[in-house]
Amino acid sequence: MNFDFSDDQKQLRDQARKFLAEKCSPKAVRVVLDGKAPYDKELWKGLAEMGFLGVAIPEDFGGAGAGHLELCVIAEEMGRANAPVPFSSTVYLAAEALLIAGSDAQKKKWLPAISSGDAIGTLALFEGKGNPAPKNVKLTAANGVLNGVKKPVADGAIADFAVVAARTGSSGRDGDISLFLVDLKAAGVEVKSLTNLDPTRGQAEIIFKDAKAEPLGAGGDGWSILTQVLDRAAVLCAFEQVGGSDRALEMGRDYALDRIAFGRQIGSFQAVKHMLADMYVSATLARSNSYYGAWALSTNASELPEAAAAARISATQAFQHCAKNNIQVHGGMGFTWEFDCHMYYRRANAMALGLGSLSYWEDQLIDRMRKKNAA
Amino acid sequence: MNFDDTPQEAAFRATARKWVEANAPKELHAELSKSSLGRIRLAKHDIVDVGKAWQKKKFEGNWACLHWPKNYGGRDATPIEKVIWQQEEGVYGKLTQPFQIGEGMCGPTVMAWGSEDAKRRYLPKLASGEEIWCQLFSEPSAGSDVAGLRTRAQKKGDNWVVNGQKIWTSGAHYSDFGLLIARTDPDVPKHKGLTMFFLDMKSPGVEVRPIRQANGMQEFNEVYFTDVVIPDSQRLGAVGEGWSVSLTTLMNERMSIGSRLATGVPELFEFCSNLMLEDGLAIDDPAVRSKLASWAVKASGLKYTSYRAISSLSKGERPGPENSIGKLVSGMMLQDIATYAMDLQGAAGALTGTDEETVQGQFQQMLLSSPSMRIAGGTDEILRNIIAERVLGLPGDIRVDKDVPYNKIPTKGR
Repeated sequence: MNFDFSDDQKQLRDQARKFLAEKCSPKAVRVVLDGKAPYDKELWKGLAEMGFLGVAIPEDFGGAGAGHLELCVIAEEMGRANAPVPFSSTVYLAAEALLIAGSDAQKKKWLPAISSGDAIGTLALFEGKGNPAPKNVKLTAANGVLNGVKKPVADGAIADFAVVAARTGSSGRDGDISLFLVDLKAAGVEVKSLTNLDPTRGQAEIIFKDAKAEPLGAGGDGWSILTQVLDRAAVLCAFEQVGGSDRALEMGRDYALDRIAFGRQIGSFQAVKHMLADMYVSATLARSNSYYGAWALSTNASELPEAAAAARISATQAFQHCAKNNIQVHGGMGFTWEFDCHMYYRRANAMALGLGSLSYWEDQLIDRMRKKNAA
Repeated sequence: MNFDDTPQEAAFRATARKWVEANAPKELHAELSKSSLGRIRLAKHDIVDVGKAWQKKKFEGNWACLHWPKNYGGRDATPIEKVIWQQEEGVYGKLTQPFQIGEGMCGPTVMAWGSEDAKRRYLPKLASGEEIWCQLFSEPSAGSDVAGLRTRAQKKGDNWVVNGQKIWTSGAHYSDFGLLIARTDPDVPKHKGLTMFFLDMKSPGVEVRPIRQANGMQEFNEVYFTDVVIPDSQRLGAVGEGWSVSLTTLMNERMSIGSRLATGVPELFEFCSNLMLEDGLAIDDPAVRSKLASWAVKASGLKYTSYRAISSLSKGERPGPENSIGKLVSGMMLQDIATYAMDLQGAAGALTGTDEETVQGQFQQMLLSSPSMRIAGGTDEILRNIIAERVLGLPGDIRVDKDVPYNKIPTKGR
C-alpha cells in the first residue's frame, strides 16, 4: 500500500510552501483584505511562472501536464497561505469544466491562457439562496444568448470568462440544464462586486442581458458535467481547507506557547491543551479523508462521488473548527483586526458555502453511500 | 498513490491467505463476523478453549506473534507483514483476544528487559498460547496516575514479598503469568520507587475476584496479593526502574496499527436504512442524514488514517503520530451513536431485551459498554494530553507531587 504522496509531489509541496511564504505573507494578503486591490496580481503572475496554474492541464494545452495529485499539494499550500487570488475559481472550476467538456477549440482558447495567468475563469451557478440543484437554475439560454442573473459568483468581478449553468428545457429533469461559455468582457454582461465574509476572495453579481454564449458540452448534459466539476473541486478545495486547518492549528499552538497568564504558558492548561488536541484530531481526519479524495480524483475512480463528499464534509468541519478555536486560544487578541486569526475564520466560513453548504454535501454523501450499498 | 501491495507484499499475502483458508475454524465464521464490543462470547464454546486451539495452530504454522524473532517463537516478520497477516486472519483474529495483552504488552516487555533465559523460557509458550499472560498495573487509587500505585514489594533475601491490590485485569482468572509493577521504595518520589516483576498467577497468596461492571458484565478482575513471594530472578529491569520498564509496555499498548476500531457507523447506517419514522425512512430525514454523514466521515477518516500508517510501514518508515487519534475518536462516537439510535427508537429505546424494535438491543448494549471505551487504555483526557504534549509540543502538566517522597503525597481530598 502506498497511500501517500510521492517524494516528487512532496518536494513540489515544499517548493510551493517556500514560494508562498515569500510571495504571500499575511501582509500581502492584507492588501486585498483591506480593499486596496481586487486580488494579488503579482502573486498570480508568479504562480503562472512557477507552473502552478496549469499543473494539471495537459502540455498540449499549455499546462505542465503533471496531474491532480500535484494540484492537490499546491492547493494545500494555497489554503495554508490564505492566498488572495482566484485560484479555485479558475483552476478547480473553470479549467476542470473545460477539461471535462470543452471542445478542442475551446480548450485551445482558454487553457493555455489559464496556465499563463492571462485569463481568469469562474463558474456561474448560483442564483441567490440555495444549494446546487437543477430547479434553482432559472437563467435561460436560447438562440445563442443568455438572460438572467447569477449570484454569488466567486471572483466574478475579475474573471475574463465564466462557465454558466443555464436552463434549456422545462421537463423538470436534470437534462433541462446546459452549460455555456461566456466572455465576461463582451456586450450584454454587467458585473457588480458584492461584499462578502472573505474580502480576500471577491464575490459578484453578474447580469446577463442577451449575452452571447457558446455551448460547453452537449445540450442537456449540463447537470451531469456540473456534478463532476463540483466533485473534483470538492476534493481540491478540501486540500485548501486542510492547509488552512493546519495553519490555524499552528497559530493557536504557537500563541499558547508564547502567551503567559496566571504565571505560566497558557498552553500548559489542560483546557487549552485539550482544545488544541481536538483541533489536531479534526485536521487529521480531514487530511486522511482528503487523501482518499485525491486518490479517487487522480485515478478517476468510481468511488470519486463518495470520496469527494466525505473529503468536503470533513475538511469543511475541520477548517471551521480550527479557525474558530484558534481565535478562542488567542482570547481578546484573536478578535482584533490586527491579528491574522480572523482571516482564516473568514476564509473557513466562506469556503464552507462556496460549492454548496455542509448540509448539501451531507445529503450528497448519504445518497452516494446508499447507492454504493445498494450496488 | 495507490492501495496495491508491492510484489513481495502480494506474495506474502497470498501465502497467508492460503494458510488461513486451509486452517481457520470456518464453523465459527458467522458468529465471529457479528460486530461485538468488549469480550467475545460464543454460543457453544469458551473463547479461551477455541482461542488456544487457533493460537496453537498458528504457532505450528509459524504465524503466531509473527513480528517476533524466530528464536522466541516468531517469524522475524516486518511490521507491514504483521498488518497483512492481521488483514488476512480477518474475523478469526477475534479468537486471539485472550492472548492480546501477552502478545502486545507483556511479551515485548520481557523481550526488552528479560534475561536470555527468561526470553527462551517464556516467549515461545506465550506465542503458542500454551501460557496466557495478564498485566497488573492499574489499582483502585492509581488509574491515569498509575505511578501513584500502592502495591508494595519488599525484599526478603533472594525474594520479594508482595502485598496489595490490582484492578481492571483482563483475563486474570485464566492467566498463567502476570506482569506486575509494584512499589519497592516509598521514601522517594513516586516514579522513582517502582520495580517491574513477572509472577506465576498460581502463586500462593494471589486471589482473583471478578468485577461486576456498570454494564452488568464481568470481563475484568481485581487481583489481591497477600504475602506473595516472587524470586528476584523474575524482576525486569533494575530496582527502582519500573517506570521506564512500564513505558515499553504502554508504548506497545498504544501502537496497534491496522486494527479496526469499532465506530458504530455501519450499524447505525443499516439501522437508519430500515427504520420507518412517521414521515418515511429515517435515512430520508434531513436531520438524520446530517448526523449520519458527520459520523460517517469520522469513521472514514479513521480508516484512511490507519491506511496512511500502513503505508509508512510498507515503506519501512515509522508511522507518524496521527494514529494516536483512533481510540479518542471511536470511543466518543460509539457512545454518541448509541444514544442517537435509541433516540430514534423513542420510548422503546429504553428496552434492553431482544425486541424487533430495538434491533436485538445492540445499541442499548453499545450504550452501556461505551463508557469503558473512553477509559480503558488511556482516558480521553490522558489521550488529549498525549496529543497536546507529544504531537503539538505543548508543556507538560505542572505536577505538584513530582519531587515529593511518595509517602508524603496526600492520599485523600477534603
